[in-house]
Amino acid sequence: MAKELLKGNEAMAEAAIRAGLQAYFGYPITPQTELLEHMARRMPELNRVFLQAESEVAAINMVYGAASTGVRVMTSSSSPGASLMMEGISYIAASEVPCVIVDVMRGGPGLGNIAPAQGDYFQVVKGGGHGDFRSIVLAPATVQEAIDLTYQAFDLAERYRVVVFVLTDGNVGQLMEPAELPPMRPVERPGRERRAPAWALRGAAGRPKHVISSIYLQPENGEAFNLKLQAKFREIEQHEVRYHEHAVADADLIVVGFGTAGRVAQTAVKQARAVGKRVGFFRPISLFPFPKPRLAELAATTREFLVVEMNSGQMVEDVRLAVEGRVPVRFFGRMGGVVPYPDEILAEIERQLGQPVYA
Amino acid sequence: MLAEEEIVYARPKALSGVHTHYCPGCTHGVAHRLVAEVIDELGIAGQTIGVAPVGCAVFAYNYFDLDFAEAAHGRAPAMATGIKRVLPEHVVFTYQGDGDMAAIGLSEITHAAARGENLTVIFINNAIYGMTGGQMAPTSLPGQKTTSSPLGRDIETTGMPLHMAEMLAGIPGSAYVVRRSLHNVKEINRAKKAIRRAFQVQLAGWGFALVELLSSCPTNWGLSATGALHWVATHMLPAYPLGDYKVRPEVEALR
Repeated sequence: MAKELLKGNEAMAEAAIRAGLQAYFGYPITPQTELLEHMARRMPELNRVFLQAESEVAAINMVYGAASTGVRVMTSSSSPGASLMMEGISYIAASEVPCVIVDVMRGGPGLGNIAPAQGDYFQVVKGGGHGDFRSIVLAPATVQEAIDLTYQAFDLAERYRVVVFVLTDGNVGQLMEPAELPPMRPVERPGRERRAPAWALRGAAGRPKHVISSIYLQPENGEAFNLKLQAKFREIEQHEVRYHEHAVADADLIVVGFGTAGRVAQTAVKQARAVGKRVGFFRPISLFPFPKPRLAELAATTREFLVVEMNSGQMVEDVRLAVEGRVPVRFFGRMGGVVPYPDEILAEIERQLGQPVYA
Repeated sequence: MLAEEEIVYARPKALSGVHTHYCPGCTHGVAHRLVAEVIDELGIAGQTIGVAPVGCAVFAYNYFDLDFAEAAHGRAPAMATGIKRVLPEHVVFTYQGDGDMAAIGLSEITHAAARGENLTVIFINNAIYGMTGGQMAPTSLPGQKTTSSPLGRDIETTGMPLHMAEMLAGIPGSAYVVRRSLHNVKEINRAKKAIRRAFQVQLAGWGFALVELLSSCPTNWGLSATGALHWVATHMLPAYPLGDYKVRPEVEALR
């Protein structure tokens, strides 16, 4: 298939459809609404389920219900809506049913604004809702990557029976750039049912009943279940780390950023290289699992890190945990919907390199 | 030829053979049994998926021998919508109490009805929060003493009870909305007929069907089992008149 000019939100919607999405439930919120609108057009024409819910709270619980039947299901929202979904996400994680959620982040806190931001890192990457759980979190920086990660997200969700977030921002959601869509996968339809997963709710005809629940009344059972969940998250940490790096081998300073902030920072790093500065670039693509081992390796070869984010400093905490104090980890951020320019980051790189380094 | 011994009364197949956690005198057990009998009689157990609430019926999935999901508090109609939309040929029902439906889940039940969602809803109204130990519900009666209205429900500050059947009947998407009671045998038999009809409405694809069941909570009302049934008759019936609040013409023809 050839490249087309695609808008991020619509491209993610179409990628999900081509991944075999069978049901979409969502609620309008800027800057993700084109994703919902694309679903409203496409899903009925493919004879699949589209439903605009009365709230994000309802949408995530519709996702929970549909996911309990073992079909491919998703929702999408933006920051305030993602906050509303957190309760349901905790239930879904605790029931171990797979689903995909796209969060197109906007400026916050509160109602904030509709400009691109990255202030949802804590609530999405650290589990968000109540209790101990993790979602796989994938952070694209381009429309093409948004397509590819959305397409993969469904396989990951099913493989581990977890929630997979595509955590992006209003920039990637609204951006139009050339990208290529993946092929259409076959989907379950009447007469051609995919074999339902062994745990799915499909009616107990001819087999013992199935229950999808997140309740473990006895503390000992609750702990045993939590240990099982944690083992699964450790397995995910072993196998699903994704990152992009550039020019790190000889770097005195490595700039770290995800999503749009990472993409802008990469431009700044190239500019720094062009004037002979030994600066490298590292972009975590999976935010959970976080590429801790690779950052720990790089801490042995570089002299310092500069973390760039569109928030007050959220991912920087994970970089510091990975680096374990071996080298300084500094932070540069813009907030409230402001996207940094490459030259701001370049100025910060030059300022950092000019500073003494206390390793 | 008749055998000397004939089984005339047994546990419905749609109920599991486990003890429930319900208090003595509570009518949840009656409501469970009626739902299970109807499912048996309609022969739909293998295609039915239940959605349990948060509240006293939180363990309903243990008591029914059916595929079951356990929803977040108030969200059963949304969860049921998700299931029914992807499995339209299956039978999906929610079983919810008054705190779950009339308080925290008012939005989800209202919009499920508004969409004419093809679901069956069993609504237990006992005018109190049972599981958390007897707090005021949106359905608590004026003056009713609860642990969160110790001097009696003050309608000046907490308003009047919500009448869910009347409210949901007023929504165009609902096909069948009735109120019944479980306080005596005659009303229990009438309740069963209504539950049967509410499942038949779904099987016919006619849309949203809800049966509100006035129920007893002897523990949190501070009454004996029989005293609680008497209280349903003397206090709840006047406040919550039994009746058919919405019966679409095509439903009328069902027998």
